[in-house]
Amino acid sequence: MATVLVIAEQAGGKVKKASLAAITAGQQLAKGGAMHIGVLGENPADAAASLLGYGAAKVHAAAHAGLAHYLAEPFAKVVADLAKANGATHVVLPATAQGKDVAPRIAARLGAGMASDISAVVDDKTFKRPMWAGNVVGAVEITTAVKVVTVRVSEFAAAAAGAAAGEVAKFAADPGTPKAKFIKFEEVKSARPELTEASIIVSGGRGTKSKEGYKATVEPLADLLGAAVGATRAIVDDGWVPNDWQVGQTGKVVAPQLYFALGISGAIQHVAGMKGSKTIVAINKDPDAPIFQVADYGLVADLAKAVPELMEEIKKVKG
Amino acid sequence: MKILVTVKRVMDYNVKPKVKPDGSGVVTDGVNMIVNPFDEIAVEESLKLKEKNGGEVVVLSIGTKDTTTQIRAALAMGADRGILVLADGSVDPDAAARLIKAVYEQEKPDLVVLGKQAIDDDSSQAGQLLAEYLGLPQATFASKVDVAGKTVTVTREVDGGLETISFDMPGVVTADLRLNTPRYASLPGIMKAKKKEVKEFTPAALGVDIAPKVKVLKLEEPKARQAGQKVPDVATLVGKLRNEAKAL
Repeated sequence: MATVLVIAEQAGGKVKKASLAAITAGQQLAKGGAMHIGVLGENPADAAASLLGYGAAKVHAAAHAGLAHYLAEPFAKVVADLAKANGATHVVLPATAQGKDVAPRIAARLGAGMASDISAVVDDKTFKRPMWAGNVVGAVEITTAVKVVTVRVSEFAAAAAGAAAGEVAKFAADPGTPKAKFIKFEEVKSARPELTEASIIVSGGRGTKSKEGYKATVEPLADLLGAAVGATRAIVDDGWVPNDWQVGQTGKVVAPQLYFALGISGAIQHVAGMKGSKTIVAINKDPDAPIFQVADYGLVADLAKAVPELMEEIKKVKG
Repeated sequence: MKILVTVKRVMDYNVKPKVKPDGSGVVTDGVNMIVNPFDEIAVEESLKLKEKNGGEVVVLSIGTKDTTTQIRAALAMGADRGILVLADGSVDPDAAARLIKAVYEQEKPDLVVLGKQAIDDDSSQAGQLLAEYLGLPQATFASKVDVAGKTVTVTREVDGGLETISFDMPGVVTADLRLNTPRYASLPGIMKAKKKEVKEFTPAALGVDIAPKVKVLKLEEPKARQAGQKVPDVATLVGKLRNEAKAL
């Protein structure tokens, strides 16, 4: 029977939304067995307490001053220790920047095989996952006794909380002595929501024409809608926008309620990162752009004209 | 400083992969093969570090004999010598990491640089596995790498901002998109590369069992998203978003 350990990610005592997708995958895997949830940090008690309503046999808080800032070595050690202490057969993490960084080290510590970025749980050892930039879906089998997976957040619904039950269990974390040192974290200060947490995303591609063109179309529309901003790999490559705005197989994989693709041709690399969106709107002046094949609503138009019009219409209907 | 950099032979990213009818793999006959783009960035960064600090860049790949082409491509960019671990069929990330570890133990480099992921299996595991197996620090998804004396300082673009971490060598770095723009090989570079040494090993000679921990059972094409409708103007678009999709 499966004993599943889901590792939830927290920042400042708050659980990141991506963790709820990992919990959903954990619940699917734990059918007939038990699910545990672990939260790491300097003081993860509040975050852990907020996870008591998801049906876990136990929610573990691993607190240690050495876990104040995320680093791969101590986090991998503590998660592996927690997995061993609870006889975990599966360790599940969201495929966030942290999850992707730490999960293989956990697998190595546990002698486990690992499947990255799973899109579905088939059974307790078989998983589906996107490959070749989302052009191919592979069914993979992990053959080791302990299995590690990271979860593609856009492919699993966020788990819904029930009534809180039980108490948070304290885990005596020993982070060891990492060789890497945390120097600093510069938050990209933005009034906009984070890409992976946003319910609306406005993204731009080469069709926005320039750094200035992107600023003049994508950003005002996003701000009007309270949306996050995204970009294609091409314009990240060109340095128009920061790397962490990239939506795509090698960037962020997102699944908002509403996704605007402005001047985006629809390279498979990009589509792999946003095709899980509930409603997709594409505006592009090229009527043959492949993006129209995945868009729910397509408008063939010049952005410089269409975006201001769109903003006017939205202001009208939203009052 | 001595740098070990890995390259993987992958299908050209401009080619849309086709799944074989029996789902056992993708069609590679007649398909152009290239150096994994993230590995090309790793090679470029290794060459830059060598140009600044002196030393040697050793290129490692795992694959069939044909993979020599990708090693030579890195040698043509300026790497000094190559190592090919001969393996037929697919090698899972765990086996790849253990093969790289075996080469690391022979070569004892100061730094191992890898691409953050291969664009075929998209696993993004080998660098992290290698670091753990060697008990080394890691800096994955690097967008900036500085070396001063023994200390490597790396900026990483993570969720919500930029993180900076540092470690004393040896260690493992994986390269992200923004780290640099790889150079083109020059004609003299290509000529010189032909004479550079490429040593070959078998996994057995390195004492590594490459039986996979993760088996690929079957590949299939993803379900296509249905194309929707074209709308004639902005007013119609907003109307449909509001009344039909209930998205506004």
